[in-house]
Amino acid sequence: MSLESTEKNMSNETIITGKKAENAIKESLFLFTLYICVTIAILTLMTLIYDVLSTGTTRLTSDYEVGLITKIQIDNPRDFLTTLDSRYPDRAGIGPAFAGTLWLMIIVISATFPFGAGAAIYLQEFAPKNRLTRFIELNLTNLAGVPSVIYGLLGLAVFVRLAGFGRSVLSGGLTLTLLILPVVIVASREALKAVPDTIRQGALALGSTKFQAVFRQVVPSAIPGMVTGMVLGLSRAIGETAPLIFMGALTYVNYFPDTPLSGFTAIPIQVYNWVGYPQAEWKETASAGIILLLGLLLFMNSIAIFIRNRYEKDF
Amino acid sequence: MSLLSELSQTSMKPFEKVVKFFITVSAFAAILISISIVFTLLTEAINFFQDPAVTLKGYFTATRWTPTFQNPEYGVIVLISSTLYIAVIACLISFPLGLFSAIYLSEFATKRTRKVIKPVLEVLAGVPTVVFGYFALNWITPNIIQRFIPGTGVFNALSAGIAVGIMIIPTIASISDDALNAVPNSLRNGSLALGSTRRITALKIMFPAAISGIIASFILGFSRAIGETMIVTIAGGQYPELNLDPRSAMYTITSSIVNVSLGDTPHGTTAYNALFALGITLFIMTFILNIASDYVARKYRKEYE
Repeated sequence: MSLESTEKNMSNETIITGKKAENAIKESLFLFTLYICVTIAILTLMTLIYDVLSTGTTRLTSDYEVGLITKIQIDNPRDFLTTLDSRYPDRAGIGPAFAGTLWLMIIVISATFPFGAGAAIYLQEFAPKNRLTRFIELNLTNLAGVPSVIYGLLGLAVFVRLAGFGRSVLSGGLTLTLLILPVVIVASREALKAVPDTIRQGALALGSTKFQAVFRQVVPSAIPGMVTGMVLGLSRAIGETAPLIFMGALTYVNYFPDTPLSGFTAIPIQVYNWVGYPQAEWKETASAGIILLLGLLLFMNSIAIFIRNRYEKDF
Repeated sequence: MSLLSELSQTSMKPFEKVVKFFITVSAFAAILISISIVFTLLTEAINFFQDPAVTLKGYFTATRWTPTFQNPEYGVIVLISSTLYIAVIACLISFPLGLFSAIYLSEFATKRTRKVIKPVLEVLAGVPTVVFGYFALNWITPNIIQRFIPGTGVFNALSAGIAVGIMIIPTIASISDDALNAVPNSLRNGSLALGSTRRITALKIMFPAAISGIIASFILGFSRAIGETMIVTIAGGQYPELNLDPRSAMYTITSSIVNVSLGDTPHGTTAYNALFALGITLFIMTFILNIASDYVARKYRKEYE
């Protein structure tokens, strides 16, 4: 009875003061503000993509030939994907940079996979819960937040000077590996964490050792998640520009790297180079490079999503 | 039978040991990387301060940064102030946009809209910074900055700051979204049951409840803005003197690191060592911010677990 009367009073009050209408306006204004904010973020992305596509597509498709990146194709002066860089914007190709990025990918994959997976398996499955483990975890969180230029300086001091690899594609690849390793370790740990304990306990109950339980049961179930994390890390690595500048990747490189110790340039570096020229024609060339870079990233992310949807078990 | 199992176990052991040794070493690589970052930056930075032309006092009080000039001056304050200036512009853009996007995603969006918007934000997060740099220089500057503020130069702090801000929107949106989602549903339902509207619930209940996570995202976003390199190098220009005009070019720590290293600086010269002095300055700044963000975030996770 009393509840009913208060309710009546309240609704009367709101009607009398017009609070409801005022509130409704405030509500829709607020929601409108939220819409605007989300729309700005999405519109920016669309504008960016539209701008790049509309500027660069002609450059990318003119006399484009599908082919492998080989030295034989250098003779075709208009094939953007395979020709060398040039002083003339309409002849500049991205061949060496494309090849350099592929080299970097191979080095990064082969260095990241064992160390990233290994560290994740140790931390998630074997590490004792003590201060040292906690310290390693703290280090990983902090390393993930270190700016990429700092990794470039580290690579310059350690790989280029100390290890004597010089300003080479190997130094570049290893530097990028250091950069993505923390991210990959965290992602791989998440994948291992998602494997339910029943699998571990089941394996142990059937008499397998801890080692067998981890490497024959847990790790195989976590592989799709780990690979996804690695592909995403790799796509971050190929988009990185700053650390590679210290590897001498910005100097005019007009040859294809043929050993891990040869000098190189990479797609983002080449784009940075072209963006630096003031003439309008270079904008087209830079856009074409960006389209290639974004296409490559899109391709890799699709692979990651495909693996996640196709192979990941839902426990 | 027992012999067989014994045999298989003993034959596995050395291999297992090798694997286990390897994965343990990999895990300790995290510590090794941290130590080598601090060690290399410090040793070269110490070399830098041993040059008679450089003094610690000059480093923090001079008002010009001209390491490659005839009479070099090393005033890091110029670079720090530019860095903070651009980072603040970026935060003015990204804090409201990121936070409101997060509130929309967690409090208002239907599951279907969420499924569309989240990937879009992820794509935005995955765009390489050199692309944002291109966008700032070739689109934001001519189409927005120079249209509304005529007479602005090609390189200016404003467009660089805006582009950096756009770059960190996804970081802030996704961490704040996680923080809002970590608030127990009972709070949201309780507020709605007491008759408050969704706006009141979002602003007066959910926002304060998730405040530590949101602050953590802000700190992390600020730290990322400070460490951002390519956007400010491409669009921010290089103006090596102290100034606070958003229309003029600026010279951040990161872009001066890039520009000094471009100038083909031989190993052992003061300019080369200056790279590492700047590196450690930047590292300390971001390190403190990251620790602070981690600390704040950890606090909120405890509250609801």
